Parts: sequence; structure tokens; C-alpha cells
Amino acid sequence: MMHIDLADHYRRGSSRLHTLDPRVKVLATLLFIFVATILPPGAWLSYALLFGATLAAAWGSRLGVTYALRRSFVALPFALAAITLPFTVRGEPLTQIAGLTVSVEGALRFVSVMVKSWVSVQAAILMAVTTAFPDLLWALRELRVPRPLVSIISFMYRYLFVLADESLRLQRARAARSAEGADPRRSGGGLVWRGQVAGGMVGNLALRAFERSERIYNAMLARGFQGELKTLASPVMTDTDRYALAGWVTFLAMTALIGFVFA
Amino acid sequence: MHHTIEVRDLQFNYPDGHAALRGVALSVAPGEKVALVGPNGAGKSTLMLHLNGILQAGAGEVIVCGLPIRRETLGKVRAAVGLVFQDPDDQLFSPTVFEDVAFGPLHMGLPEAEVRERVERALAAVGMSAYAQRVSHHLSVGEKKRIAIATVLSMDPDILVLDEPSAGLDPRARRGLIQLLRDLPQTMLVSTHDLRLVGEVFPRTVVMDQGRVVADGPTAQVLADAALLDAHGLEVY
Repeated sequence: MMHIDLADHYRRGSSRLHTLDPRVKVLATLLFIFVATILPPGAWLSYALLFGATLAAAWGSRLGVTYALRRSFVALPFALAAITLPFTVRGEPLTQIAGLTVSVEGALRFVSVMVKSWVSVQAAILMAVTTAFPDLLWALRELRVPRPLVSIISFMYRYLFVLADESLRLQRARAARSAEGADPRRSGGGLVWRGQVAGGMVGNLALRAFERSERIYNAMLARGFQGELKTLASPVMTDTDRYALAGWVTFLAMTALIGFVFA
Repeated sequence: MHHTIEVRDLQFNYPDGHAALRGVALSVAPGEKVALVGPNGAGKSTLMLHLNGILQAGAGEVIVCGLPIRRETLGKVRAAVGLVFQDPDDQLFSPTVFEDVAFGPLHMGLPEAEVRERVERALAAVGMSAYAQRVSHHLSVGEKKRIAIATVLSMDPDILVLDEPSAGLDPRARRGLIQLLRDLPQTMLVSTHDLRLVGEVFPRTVVMDQGRVVADGPTAQVLADAALLDAHGLEVY
């Protein structure tokens, strides 16, 4: 049977980045994104430092220096949400595009937002590829993210694949019966009919998901679930983990400082 | 000595009014391995859901290990009866195999060291020790079925109740399952359509149809009764 791997980007490995405590990696990534976010526009030196840090981390993951770099472009279209900045921020006019004035300040802000989101995405990618998803969930739980939220992500991760497989089977069943008759122009049905088929499939999938959720809940009850998910206690952080986190925080603090002083 | 499973005149209607069980009586002695056969819709799964209190009896009584199933006894009953569902994707709901096998013991409130030890023992019992850190989604049906059994073995139950353990298995995985069912020491009630499996593993067979027990006796005798099997839509291959 075919499987769907929607979100599993984890790459097995034993590099320093892989073996780092998941809590450290989650914290480090969040802090990284936080610093990237608060940096003022045009703090190029700081941006360069952050970019350098992602390259160094990628090198440390032994997945190749440009591993995250190459994959980060997927997220760029989202940064286009900032596309209006060059036109709406008031300032010295730079040029005109289609009758709209582009300001210097606006362009600067736009490029800064692009660069900041681009390095942030790289950091997030590195965290995701060097941390197995269950470890990531565990780290979130340890970092006091509300339990129900972590449980929801956990179940989603487990059953997204199962549901995707189910929809794949439905689609295959439809394809297997989508034959062509004697007159090819009349095959395939009208738009409305096809819409009905697709709608039926979605409804079918929703019903199946609902029924499955009841069976899963029963399976949980059968094993003693009483309303609160319990997990094993956490192993302690090693000194390596602590030093890594301390070093990272120092680096980010310096980067932020440089950004504000030399902006 | 009490019987391990004692079901008396059990009746159950689903919320839509459909009568699923119409007076089931059944007793299983400690250490006995019993097969539960019958056509789809006979009430086998419904009966099994009663054995650890997922469904509450409409009328009649279910007693497990001497404990009548009530709200106060649910915790003990669920520790005593390991119920394994038919679809392993329902049974295995945690991100990793280890967490799934640890789920039962953890929710019984056992200390951590013992939880780990039990997980190890349960996975070893089904021959899946190497799979602890694997993600359930990537396993084969046969592997999932074995781990599903481990998820209740870790609770150290007296009774194993398995719903269609051999469904969807290829011949080799099925052979492995038969060996496993033979080796496990627990009292067993296993529903299945696989009558050859019944013949190989279970000395006693209970036949259900339309919410009632219609036959109950030594497997050889039940499987030799062609008229009985035919009347209830069963076939020995």
C-alpha cells in the first residue's frame, strides 16, 4: 500500500545539532526568530550575523551548509504580505511603479522584512530536520505549552497520515471507475456531477474521521485514560546542552545590540 | 474459585434502538482460551466492549475477575482486561511505539522505572523490542497488530480480549500471530472469522448470531457441525 508523507521532514543523524536537547533547540529557534523580528529595518550587519549563524548551524548538522538555504525559498511567497510597504510608508520618493510612489524608507523596510523572515524560516527548517517530531512534542510539553494544545498537535501528527492515506484510497477508487465510454466527449460527467462526487468524498472522509475519533477514544478508555494525558518525566539537560543554550543566547543578545546601535 | 469472565443475560441496545445483544450468557475459566465466531453484526464487538466497561450493560451483568463492572470498579477492571481493537490505527494513537506501550501503565499510575521495564517486557513478548522509537505510521499491518497487543500486555492483564487479530495479515504475519497467541499465558477471548486459526489455537469455541450465543463447546465439535456452521454463515476452508 502507498503511504503519504506529508510533514515528515526529519533527517536521521547523529550530529551535534541532532543530539542537542530538543528543549534547547525549540528555545533557541524561538529566541532566534524573536531577535530577528525586533531588529530595526536596515540593520544589515546583524542580519548578516543571523544568516551566518544559520549557515554555521547547517554545517553543524552535517546536512550540508546550504541545506536549509535551498529549502527556505518555499516560504518566501508568504513574506510578500509585506509587498505594500514600499508604497504606503511615507518618505523620500525613490521611483514610480505604475503611478505609485515608492519611498526609500518603505523599500528599506520591505527588504528588511524579507531578509528577516527568510533567515527565520531557515532556523525553523534546521530545527525541524534535526529533531524527530515526537521529541519536538515532548519539548513543547516540557516548555509548558498548554497540554491540550500539545495533545491536539500530537493526534494531528499521528492521524494526518492515516486520513491522507484514506483520502488517497478514495481517490484511487474514483480513478479506477472513471472510465471512458464510446463517445469520449460525453465521458467524465458535467461539472455539477463531478462537484457532487468530490463533495461526497469530502463528506465521507469527515464521517470516517469522526467515527475513528470515537474508536480511538474508546481505545484510550480501555487503557485507563481518565481525562488527563500522562507522560514520563523528562531526562535532565546535560552541561553541553546548557553551554550551547548560554552561548546561543549571548550571541543573539550581541546581535540585537549591534542591530540597535549601528542601525 | 471465580470464573475470570462471567456474563449473565447481557442485553444492550444501541442509541438508535437497534438491539445488539439479546441475553448473552458466557463464562470463561482462568487460563482458558476461547474463540468467538459469528457473522458480521452478530454482536461480537459489542460484547467485547462490555468486557472492560466501554459500554454499560442495558440489562444483565458482567463480572470480570470477580469484579462486577460498575463505575467504581472500572479502573481495576480495565487493568485486568486488555482489550485490543480491530484496527491497529485506532489502538496506536501515540507518536511513537514506546509512548503507546507506556500509555496503559502510565495511566495506571505506576512509577516510572516500572513503566519502562513493563514496556520493555511487553515489546519483547511480541518480538518487537527493536521498534520502541519507531513511528507507528511507518509500520506494516502485521507489526502494528503485534504492537497493539503489546500495548495491553504492558498493563499485565489477566485477560486478553482481541477483536479480529488476524484480519489483514499476510500468511507469514498470521503464522507469527498464531505462535504468539499460543505462547501467551493469559486467559483469552478472541473474535475472528479465521476458523483455521480457531482450530489451531483455541480449545473452545463460542458461536454468536443476532445478539445471542447459539453454540458453545469444544472447538473440534463445533467446527465439525456442518449444519450449525451453515446456519450461521460460517465456513471451514
